[in-house]
Amino acid sequence: MLSVYAVLIDGAIYASWLFLVAAGLTVIYGVMRILNMAHGSFYAIGAYAAASLVGWYFNNGVGPVWVGYLMMLGSALAAGLAVGLLIERGLLRFMYGRDEVLMVIITYALLLILEDAMKMVWGVNPYFAYQPYAAMGRSVLAGLKVSNYDLMLVGVSLVIGFALWLWLERTHQGKVLRAVIHDREVAQAMGVNVRRVFTLVFVLGTVLGTLAGALTAPAISVAPGIGVEIIVLAFAVVVIGGMGSIEGAALGALLVGLSRAAAVHYAPQFELFVIYGVMALVLAVRPQGLFGRVLARKI
Amino acid sequence: MCLDKTELMMLGVGVVLATSGLVAPQWLVFLLTMALAKSLVVQGVVMQMRAGLVTFGQGLYFCIGGYAVGMSGHFLTISDLPTLLLIGVASAVALAMILGLLMTRYREIFFAMLSLAFSMILYGMLVKSPGLGSTDGFNVIAWTLFGWSPATGQAPLALFVIIIAVSAVLAVLLHRYGHSSAGAMCEAIRENEVRVEYLGQSPRWVLYMNYVAAAGVSALGGGFMALAAGHIDPEMAYWITSGEFVFIALLGGTSHVAAPILAAILFAVVRTYAIELVPHSWQMILGITLLAIIVFLPKGLWSLLSGQARRAKAVEAKA
Repeated sequence: MLSVYAVLIDGAIYASWLFLVAAGLTVIYGVMRILNMAHGSFYAIGAYAAASLVGWYFNNGVGPVWVGYLMMLGSALAAGLAVGLLIERGLLRFMYGRDEVLMVIITYALLLILEDAMKMVWGVNPYFAYQPYAAMGRSVLAGLKVSNYDLMLVGVSLVIGFALWLWLERTHQGKVLRAVIHDREVAQAMGVNVRRVFTLVFVLGTVLGTLAGALTAPAISVAPGIGVEIIVLAFAVVVIGGMGSIEGAALGALLVGLSRAAAVHYAPQFELFVIYGVMALVLAVRPQGLFGRVLARKI
Repeated sequence: MCLDKTELMMLGVGVVLATSGLVAPQWLVFLLTMALAKSLVVQGVVMQMRAGLVTFGQGLYFCIGGYAVGMSGHFLTISDLPTLLLIGVASAVALAMILGLLMTRYREIFFAMLSLAFSMILYGMLVKSPGLGSTDGFNVIAWTLFGWSPATGQAPLALFVIIIAVSAVLAVLLHRYGHSSAGAMCEAIRENEVRVEYLGQSPRWVLYMNYVAAAGVSALGGGFMALAAGHIDPEMAYWITSGEFVFIALLGGTSHVAAPILAAILFAVVRTYAIELVPHSWQMILGITLLAIIVFLPKGLWSLLSGQARRAKAVEAKA
């Protein structure tokens, strides 16, 4: 029975982390139809920004711990805004209207550039910022010791998911966004400033990516390559749920999270296999994903 | 068999290249062998690109080809080069015949994602297989050719000549394929699939055959890679490797069978120098080049060559 709880708890934690990582990706795809390969790099930039700042803060003097958490959020926000604006204004806006597959390749080029840019800024040695993780301590849940930081992640991802849903479904701006998702051209004809919506959404997606990185930074060693590792995971989550759907990303994260946790506990050699296996299976049965819309074929 | 001008040119270049191997330094021979092995995989990517499909998972067949060669050498103690390569191609074709049934139902980014997923599944399985060396991979045994085993020092050169011969013959075949009705249909499907259907053809069947053939060609590249490098690891199936193939394909362009070969050689040479001179900026160079190609040379480097030829002809016509 203990292992069932372990799978559930591990699965929930992993799923909430996956949702954080995938949320930005699905928002950007939903509105802009850009499958952003550079999303993993945004995640890595957030992780680096938070780890270097928080590490510096805790290594120099003994300030209160909560300032460290604020710094994590602040650095993610600042990095996300800067990188998002730079990329959207500086590059992507000249590329709109091109083929979806070509946009994938463009963001792939972006990923290659950002990977090396990060090495130039932060070097190749790993960064550690374990203090915010350690400071929260552990609690006992169903007979298992669980880190409070991980439990907080579950809370944060629930809040972010709910906020995104609320914004999309219950505000005026969300309505405009849904109009753009539904039909870009008609929305534009109705007076929606689609370009501004794109800028807004891309920056939002970037900030979600850097935030996911910043929140993960205390739990890992931040080193080159972390962004490349997670992007395929995020793809899997988003594809399973249906690209562009927030609910889909949540469900995809839950599916992948639980199946991976089960694999880790019962058949560790299938850990990676399970993630992409679920993705391939869902695509085989429902190519548009669990929440995706079927598009009519155009001649 | 009658050869046209392009085909004769390719065979001729092959002969020149192979003889130049006798005088070229060993590092260059090795570099060119690896580049040609990669160019075979890129041929597979280009075949699908001509049909409008971008695969981010050709590493799957590259890896299958490599591992089939490595494993048959390791476990079945087969060392005959043609047999090894045939086993590699056969395994890839067998897998592609199954996966192709599914893959041909998808287009655009869904095709890209699904191909990526399958190659990552293989990567995940290999990483967790201690019997195959997990992330380290394992060494490939030395090859023989119909009972002849090359003396030490001879093997790289012999392999170089073999891979040139194979690449040249394959280039001729692919050139013919490109101009056959099936090859022409691929381009029609890229332009407008529904209209191809209205004309009474089955795009799915054409794409299926194309997918399976591309898998075989790419596996050949993987097999040669294993034999040339003498080592294989799961990295071959990682999506970054597949991304590199897409890069080389775009670099060369899809308009000519020689374009991937040219692009792969250029890629290998530039990479060798870039890694030495600016080790932490190699990927950045790649990325910037990729953007530049997409914006300024959407048809690849080959369009520079063919563009020049056309201009020259126009000048001739005027005079």
